[in-house]
Amino acid sequence: MSDIKKIKDEYLNKLDSDLNIEILNQIKTELFGKNGKISNSFKSLGSLPNDERKKFASDLNSIKDELQDKIDSKVQEIETKEINSKLENEKVDVTLPEREFSRGKIHPVSQVIDEISSIFSEIGFSVEEGPDIENEHYNFTALNTPDNHPARDMHDTFYLDKNKELLLRTHTSPVQVRTMLNGKPPFKIIAPGRTYRSDSDQTHSPMFHQVEGLHIDKDINMGHLKGCLNYFIKSFFEVDKIKMRFRPSHFPFTEPSAEVDIGYEIKNGKIVIGEGDKWLEILGCGMVHPNVLKNVKVNPDKYQGYAFGIGIDRLGMLKYGINDLRAFFETDYRWLNHFGFDPLDVPSNYRGLSR
Amino acid sequence: MKFTIGWLKEHLDTKIQDNGLIEKLTDIGLEVERFENLNSDLDNFKVAKIINAEQHPNADRLRVCDVDIGQENNVKVVCGAPNAKKDLLTVYAVPGSIIPKNNMKLTISKIRGITSYGMLCSESELNLSDESEGIIELKTTQYSDKIGENFFKNKNEKVVDLSITPNRPDCLGVRGVARDLAAAGAGKLKNISNKNIKKNGSQKIKVSIKKEENQGCTVFGSCLITGVTNKESPKWLKEKIISLGQKPISAIVDITNYVMFDLNRPLHAYDADKIDKEIIVRNSKKGETFEALDNKHYKLGDDMCVISDKSGVLGLGGVIGGTRSGTEINTKNILLESAYFIPRSIRKTSKILNIDTDAKFRFERGIDPQSIELGLSKASELISQICGGKISNFDIQKTDKYDKNKIKFNFSLFEKITGFKIKDNEIIKILTDLGFEVSRKKLELDLKIPTWRPDITQPIDIVEEIVRIKGYNNIETLEPEKTKIKDTLNKQQKLFHFLQRSVASKGYFETVTWSFTDSKINNLFKENLKEIKIVNPISSDLDVLRNSIFTNLTFYLKKNLDRGFKDISLFEIGPIFKDSKPGEQLTVIGAIKSGKVSRLNWNEKERPVDVFDVKKDVIQTLVEAGYDRKSFFIRDKSPSYYHPGKAGSVYLDKDDIEPVAYFGDIHPNIVKKLDIKTESLVGFEIYLDNLKENKIKLKDQKPNFEYSDYQKSERDFAFIVDKNFKAQDLIEIISSIDQNLIRSIKIFDIYEGENIPDDKKSIAINVIIQSSEKTLEESDLEKINKLIISTVETKSGAKIRS
Repeated sequence: MSDIKKIKDEYLNKLDSDLNIEILNQIKTELFGKNGKISNSFKSLGSLPNDERKKFASDLNSIKDELQDKIDSKVQEIETKEINSKLENEKVDVTLPEREFSRGKIHPVSQVIDEISSIFSEIGFSVEEGPDIENEHYNFTALNTPDNHPARDMHDTFYLDKNKELLLRTHTSPVQVRTMLNGKPPFKIIAPGRTYRSDSDQTHSPMFHQVEGLHIDKDINMGHLKGCLNYFIKSFFEVDKIKMRFRPSHFPFTEPSAEVDIGYEIKNGKIVIGEGDKWLEILGCGMVHPNVLKNVKVNPDKYQGYAFGIGIDRLGMLKYGINDLRAFFETDYRWLNHFGFDPLDVPSNYRGLSR
Repeated sequence: MKFTIGWLKEHLDTKIQDNGLIEKLTDIGLEVERFENLNSDLDNFKVAKIINAEQHPNADRLRVCDVDIGQENNVKVVCGAPNAKKDLLTVYAVPGSIIPKNNMKLTISKIRGITSYGMLCSESELNLSDESEGIIELKTTQYSDKIGENFFKNKNEKVVDLSITPNRPDCLGVRGVARDLAAAGAGKLKNISNKNIKKNGSQKIKVSIKKEENQGCTVFGSCLITGVTNKESPKWLKEKIISLGQKPISAIVDITNYVMFDLNRPLHAYDADKIDKEIIVRNSKKGETFEALDNKHYKLGDDMCVISDKSGVLGLGGVIGGTRSGTEINTKNILLESAYFIPRSIRKTSKILNIDTDAKFRFERGIDPQSIELGLSKASELISQICGGKISNFDIQKTDKYDKNKIKFNFSLFEKITGFKIKDNEIIKILTDLGFEVSRKKLELDLKIPTWRPDITQPIDIVEEIVRIKGYNNIETLEPEKTKIKDTLNKQQKLFHFLQRSVASKGYFETVTWSFTDSKINNLFKENLKEIKIVNPISSDLDVLRNSIFTNLTFYLKKNLDRGFKDISLFEIGPIFKDSKPGEQLTVIGAIKSGKVSRLNWNEKERPVDVFDVKKDVIQTLVEAGYDRKSFFIRDKSPSYYHPGKAGSVYLDKDDIEPVAYFGDIHPNIVKKLDIKTESLVGFEIYLDNLKENKIKLKDQKPNFEYSDYQKSERDFAFIVDKNFKAQDLIEIISSIDQNLIRSIKIFDIYEGENIPDDKKSIAINVIIQSSEKTLEESDLEKINKLIISTVETKSGAKIRS
């Protein structure tokens, strides 16, 4: 008994010192190898008398367990140490740049069209489209602008043939005509799209974008028009209050007609919409002219309603502080990056129009 | 339309302040564009600051000054004043200024070899004092924040500039504006004093309107004024003409102009002695010519309305007069014309000849046919007052009577359209004030429309008149209803928006470019589409509608490369045009990518962008949009603007006729022709019109969720195939062997070179095999293995590589 206790003390002592894995393996062999000290002690069990054997066996087992545990924990200790020192060597400079990612952008015009569609969707409008090339009838005549009407001069029209039959649409209003010819009232649509006039300076470009609105039903009056535009402008500029002014004007396809101004002021060099005592013209509108309704086979004695046309690019410029209209169409990578929107930024009612 | 408030008050009795009148004008639909002082010669003198003054290299007594005149750039001025020194605030005269002291016009000139832009002024030069020793020295305290502003206060009368919509010719005269204001409660319209002017004898020059088809003149009034002395206009008249932004010419011309702006009644004065016998108003014959008052010779076509005499054309009626019969300063006898020309005829003639005059502008919009005599009276009276002379009786030739048009107006229409109510009496008052003759019949009004309002033809026009005068601010703002008639977007529109954001999310910047383009670039991309020319392009390099999105994309890509960008990804979604009829257009996404991937990257190897980059983008986009990759079919055909060996087309299904997309390298010849300097240029196009609409919504397309937990096995194969054998075919052969067992096929290596014949290549594939019914045993796997090898070998002529 004292022998094995001695072995135990001796080895526990040894195991307490700083060891490497080789020495530890050697100790293991010395104790538990074929001729190891513990192994040998187990072998000697058979030669002991019965009454001693039991006790000795139990002592020996507990010593064996104690040594074994000690060795195991020592192994673990060394392994952890080794791993730690290995990991220490694997350290990288995490401040180096991440792998490249590329981020695309959505053009402000597209973003604004999505914003507009989202707002009008809320009040029951659906989106219609029409062709960029129109004939003279849909662009002018059907819209109560006959050939000899001076209002045609206000549209600097691009023509595609000498007879001036085919042209690039000067406004989105022909979509009204197409929509009404192809359906039955009520109509409640918006029609965003490209429009063209041969005009070019800082505030005019030969191509620009408009959104047309049309609401025809049995009893739609100017109060509905005002309410609709008031709702739209407040939602679009994301303000609670808007100063809005309806001014009488003239468009051949609406009667009465109005232009709409919104109030603004300049604060720190930036336009602030909704306050101030300056007026900014942003759209034209009116009650659809009975002649237009007749032209599209809608009975003006039964149905009436309003139409409006808004410059999309201009709305975008106002909301996002863009100064030069022409820059919209010049594909300057820096400009697109600066004013573009993240593709995940889909304007919607529940997530908000803009961040 | 311009006038001063003073002029307006000749027709309007009002106590309202200027600003009140301006607001009222806008409120009733006469938009005020500007209300400001008339330009003055003295506006050319600005407060300025000398930023730097240096000795003139060629003259001892001169200095060269850099002068801040409140604009972006400083100007250089040569100055002889001894006190011209740095930081001095003084007065600067802009080139073109008239110097008050000597009335000389200042020009840009070289002084001893150095160009001087403008002048720094002394007090004497500005007639402020006799001090001429040096230039004016302004007090810093008073002027340092006024650099660039006018030195003299503008004392000219303020001029109202209205933008008159085409439906309101009556407001092209001051009286019409006054009438509208009076109706809106801004004062009282004054009566036109109807003094009986002395008329003696008959108008001796015979006038006739020839009866012809398309005769453009229906009324021709005239009178003779004999024994006049034409002269400079009196001060009051000159000031009126100047306030219109025009130059006074002579009393006779100025008077006709004045009456035109005052009453919107164009007149024309002929030198009666230059008329050959008689006036004949007739249609022109092709080939007739005349010299107009703009000093141009015009060759006329058929059927233009001309005023002629025995010798030929005198003028184009209502458009422009001729030089042959024009009045001059020594004119003694004049024939004054006051006529009515039909708008359609005026418009046609002026468009063909491309003439734009004040008279044309007015007749085209519609002149009051009942204002013939009023115009003759007012002008002849003024002429005889200023120039003397005797006025003949008026001669009025007419072929149409121009009675007032009548309409019936039901009171209820007003509320039906505007949504609010006003009292019947108020309606009657407004209409009466606007010049309507009103008689009430219970719920209706019988209206006679004033002849100066050609725009009013039906009851809805009456609603506009009432609501315009009453004020648009009375219209209520009704809360919008939220009921929907149909979905906001249809399927194709949803697809458009989805694809747009899907492509952008792959690193492309969206751009929007013109729908037109340069025909030279377009030709590189137009394939067999028709060139669509714009008859009147904005510039010669935007002369056709685009047949491809790539025309503008490549053009702007080059611009950005020239700006120093290298790795660019751009796309546009929009129309391209097949032909020139409405609807002959397609909606296309075009995307291009230049340069390299991982340029100058510390941990990834850089490489030029290639066909498989764009293939990935296009396929991923289509898959994201809900199309099934498994049924896609790729062909190596592409339009000629792609690299013939590095481009392809994508079909949603093998049997489809039209591809939905193209992708690949842009043809090197095009890159060269456009002088695009980049390591590589690739692109893709998606044709939205070819993307079939899914009849069933995506949510209803999904099959039941089934999966297998049995063990998967992987097997690698390498087949040696002909070099031009397509990987797609190999995959198709294998996947068709047993769709229940073969779960995925991946190509992990393509090898050409050593150990492989020159005309062959090796394709290495990894196949995952899994059953949904059991764990496959070695024998099952062996069976499918063998089947794969034998099927591939028989169907493709490939050999398994051992």
